[in-house]
Amino acid sequence: MSSTSNTTVSTAGPPSRRNTELAMLVFAVLVPVLAYANVGLAKDESLPAGMLGYGLGLGLMAGVAHLVVRRWAPYADPLMLPLATLLNGLGLVLIWRLDQEPEITRPALGGPMAADQLLWSVVGVALFLGVLIFLKDHRILQRYTYISMVVALLLLISPMIPGLGDEVNGARIWIRIPGLGGLQPAEFAKIVMVVFFAGYLMVKRDALALASRRVMGIYLPRGRDLGPILAVWGVSLMILVFETDLGTSLLFFGAFVIMLYVATERTSWIIFGVLLSASGAVFVASTNQHVGDRVENWLNPLARINDGVTETAQVMYSFGSGGLFGSGLGQGYSRLIGGIAAKSDYILATVGEELGLAGMMAVILLYALLIERGMRTALAARDPFGKLLAMGLSGAFALQVFVVAGGVTGVIPLTGMTMPFLAQGGSSVIANWALIAVLLRISDTARKPAPAPAPSLDAEQTQVVRA
Amino acid sequence: MNKPMRRVAVFCGLLILALLVRVNWVQFVQADELANHEDNRRVRIEQFAHPRGDIIVDGEPITGSVETEGSDFRYARTYTDGPMWAPVTGFASQAFGSNLLENVEDDVLSGTDDRLFFNNTIDMFTGEDQRGGNVVTTLNAAAQEAAYNGLLEAGQGDDTAKGAVVAIDPRTGAILAAASTPSYDPSSFAGNGESDSEAWTALDKENDPDDPMLNRALRATYPPGSTFKIVTAAAALENGRVDDIDESSQTEYDNPFQLPDSTTEISSQAGAACDEPSMREALVLSCNSTFLGLSHDVGNEEMISTAEDFGFNEEQFLPVRAEASVYPEDDDPGNAMAGIGQASNRATPLQMAMVAAAVANNGTLMEPYMVDELVAPNLSTIERHEPQELSQPLSPENAQLLQEAMESVVSEGSSRDAASIDGVRVGGKTGTAQNGEGNANNPFAWFISYAITDDGSPVAVAVVVEDAGAERDQISGSDLAAPIAGDVMRAVLDGEN
Repeated sequence: MSSTSNTTVSTAGPPSRRNTELAMLVFAVLVPVLAYANVGLAKDESLPAGMLGYGLGLGLMAGVAHLVVRRWAPYADPLMLPLATLLNGLGLVLIWRLDQEPEITRPALGGPMAADQLLWSVVGVALFLGVLIFLKDHRILQRYTYISMVVALLLLISPMIPGLGDEVNGARIWIRIPGLGGLQPAEFAKIVMVVFFAGYLMVKRDALALASRRVMGIYLPRGRDLGPILAVWGVSLMILVFETDLGTSLLFFGAFVIMLYVATERTSWIIFGVLLSASGAVFVASTNQHVGDRVENWLNPLARINDGVTETAQVMYSFGSGGLFGSGLGQGYSRLIGGIAAKSDYILATVGEELGLAGMMAVILLYALLIERGMRTALAARDPFGKLLAMGLSGAFALQVFVVAGGVTGVIPLTGMTMPFLAQGGSSVIANWALIAVLLRISDTARKPAPAPAPSLDAEQTQVVRA
Repeated sequence: MNKPMRRVAVFCGLLILALLVRVNWVQFVQADELANHEDNRRVRIEQFAHPRGDIIVDGEPITGSVETEGSDFRYARTYTDGPMWAPVTGFASQAFGSNLLENVEDDVLSGTDDRLFFNNTIDMFTGEDQRGGNVVTTLNAAAQEAAYNGLLEAGQGDDTAKGAVVAIDPRTGAILAAASTPSYDPSSFAGNGESDSEAWTALDKENDPDDPMLNRALRATYPPGSTFKIVTAAAALENGRVDDIDESSQTEYDNPFQLPDSTTEISSQAGAACDEPSMREALVLSCNSTFLGLSHDVGNEEMISTAEDFGFNEEQFLPVRAEASVYPEDDDPGNAMAGIGQASNRATPLQMAMVAAAVANNGTLMEPYMVDELVAPNLSTIERHEPQELSQPLSPENAQLLQEAMESVVSEGSSRDAASIDGVRVGGKTGTAQNGEGNANNPFAWFISYAITDDGSPVAVAVVVEDAGAERDQISGSDLAAPIAGDVMRAVLDGEN
C-alpha cells in the first residue's frame, strides 16, 4: 500500500489504486484480443479481419470506463472493472468463435451473434457509466425501497403476461419486445430486488433480530416476523411453478436468506431458509415435469433419451475431450451440443473443451476474484445499507455463478440461467455491468477519505456574539 | 454485521471450491472415459479426420480414402473389389462403425497408434496432415480371386451359393485367401448419408435372409462331415490304435455300424466295399463305420485332446477374431458321431484349413495370421509377424502316413479331375455334412486339400458350399467344393513359380 506509486491522490488519504486498475485493464483487453487472433489462426490460418476493430472497440470501452471511474469514483475497487472487462471480452471471443460453426449459426437459430453481443456490451458499459456518473451516493437508493419491490415484482411477473411473455425450452423467463428482441427481466429484477431487501432489512433488522423466542438453543422468529420470509419464499416458488425457472427462484431466495442472516446475525434464519427452499425444491421437482426431467438428466448425464444423445451428455463429452489443456481455441467440437444453447447456457462447455481444465479453473477463479472483491466491499462499507446492498449483490452474483457453472458441470441440476458476462444474451450483460457499477460506487464511498468535519454552526454563532 | 458477512464469504468460497473440485473430477479423473465414450462423436470425427492408411495385398492397396463434403467427417473409405475382400477388410463406415481388420488395426490405420507418435510429431512440425499407417496382409490376390469366383460360379441360376474358402500357407500359417459368399460391398455404406443408411438396412439379416454380412470363412461354424475323418484318423494314429494304413485288420468294424448304447445303425455310401477296409481305403471310400468305430475306441477324452491340438475349442486371432470350432464332451454315441463330423461337432472353414495344413506341414500346425506387417506412413516397419508354431498334433511319421492316405483320396477318388495337379502331390478329403434334423435341409459340401512341392507345402485349402440350390443328390464335396479348392491351389502354385 505504498503511496509512492500514486500520482492522483493526496498523501493524506488511502491510495486510489487507479493506476493499478489501468495496468490490469491493459491485460484485460490484451488477453481477449490475443484469444481472438488465436481463433482466427486456428480456423483459417490467418488473423481475423475484424481483429483491429474488435481490439480498438474493447480498448475504447475499457478506456472510457476507466476515465469515468477515475473522475467519478476515484477510490473504487481497482480489480472489478478489469475482471468484468476480461470476462466480457472472453465471452465475445467465445461467441464469435462459435459463430464460425455453420451448424449452430443458421439463420433459424438467429445467425451470428457476436456483433449483437458487442452492441449489448456497449449498452452495458454505457449503463455502467451512467450509474457511476448519476448515482453520487448509493444511499440514495434507500429512498426507493418499496418502489424497488414493486418494480422487481413486475419484472418477475412480466414473462407470465400473455402476449408479452415467451416460452423458450420449457422455461417462461423471456419477454418479447417488438423491434428489440427478447429480454430476460429476471436479470434486472435481481438488482432491483436486492435494493429492496437491503432497504427493508435495514429498517426491520432490529425487530427481526431481537424479538424472538429461544427454543432448544436456537432463536425462533416471531410469527409475524416470519411474514416477509414466507412472502419471498412464496414469490420464489411461484417463479418456479409458473415460469419453471429453478435458477431464478433459487437465486432470489438464496440472496434473501443471505441478507437476512447478515442483517440479523441469527443462524435460525439460515435453518428456516434451507428448510423452506429444500421443501420447495423437492415439491416442485416431484410435481413439475420440466424440473423433474432436469433432475433425472442430472442423475444420469450420459443416458440416451429417445435413442438420442442429450445436450447434457454432449456437454460432459466436451469437458472430457478438453482434458487438462484443451484442444485450443477454435479446435473443439462444442457445436455438437447443438442449437443456440452452446453460445448461452453452455458457453462453459466451450471453455472446458478448448481451454481445458486449466482454462476452466482460470475462468472460475476470475469469477471467484470478482465475488471476493464484492464481499470485501461489503466488509469495508461504512453504512449498514451499503453493507447489505454490497453483500446482496455479490451474494446473488456468487449464487448465479454457482448455479450456472454447477449446473453445466453437473454439481447440481441444470437451470436456465446464463453465466454473467461470458454467455450470449443482452439482458445479462447489461444488468451485470449495472451491478458492477453499483458495487464500484459502494466501494468508492467506503474507501474515500472521510470528509473533513464540518465547521460547527454553534461555534460560528458564538463567534458572532463575541464580535 | 461483519461476522455473518465473513461466514457468508466463506460459504461462497466453498461454492467456488465445489466447482473447482467438480471440474477437476470431470476434466481430469473422468476425462479419458468421456473422451472415448461411444456416444462422443469426436471419436469418429477424429477417426475420419485424416485419410486412413490402407490395407495392402500383394503390394497393392485394396482400400482408399476419398474426401467428402457436407458432413463433419472429412474422409470416407473406398474399397477395390469390396465384396471379394470384405471378409478380410471388414468395413469402416462413418455412420456404422467398423469391424474385422478395419476395426482391429484401427489405431494404426487412423494414425493414433502410440508407435506412430514420432511420425505424427514430425508431421506436425513439417505442417503435413496426419496420416495413417498401412496394414500389409499375407493374402494372395490370385488365390482370393479364384476362391471368390469359384464360390460365385457354384451358384445355380440366380441363386448365389452360400459358402466360404480359406487357404493357408502350411509352412508359416499365413492366410492366403479368405472368401465368403454372398458378400457385400463395404463402400456402399462407408459414408453417413441417406443411401448409406438404406444400403446398411438392406444388408441386415432381418431384411436379407442370406445374411451377406456374415463372414462365413472365419465366423460361421458348420458340421465338418467327412472331412473331420482326417482328425479322427490322426487321433487313431497318434494313440497307436492304427500304425499301418494298409492293414485292414486294424480297422475292422461292423458295417453298417450300430452306435453304442443305441439301436441306430449308420451305413456308408460305399456300401459293402466298406466291410473290411484299411485306413487308406476307408478314407478313399469315406467309410462311416470305420471312423465311428475308431472315434469310439479312441474315446471322447483323447478325441477332444487331438481336436484341440488342431485348434478346436478355441478362438483364433489373426488378429481378426475367428469363431471357436467345437469338439465337445459327449456320451458314447455322440462321440462316435462327432468322429465323422456330425452331431455336435462344428468347425469353421478356417479350422478345417488348419487341419489340412497341419497334415501337409508334417504334423506341425503353424499359428494362422493375416497381417504380415504394420507400416508407418514413412514406410518404416512398426511391427512384423514372425511365424510361430501353434502345436504339434501329429508326429512327422504319422503325418506322412496321413499324407499318403489323403493323396490316395485324390488320385483314386471322385475328386481326381477337379483337384489333382500335374507334378505336384495333392492330398484331400471330401465331405458331405448332413444339415438339419433328419437331414431335412440341403447338406453342406466340403473339400479340404493341400499341395506339396519340393519346397514343402505352399497351400492348404478348405472349401464349404452351403445350400447351392443344387439338386439334392448332386451335392457332394467332389462336385461342388473340390473344383474351387483345385483352382485356389493352382493359383497359389502359379504364383510360387
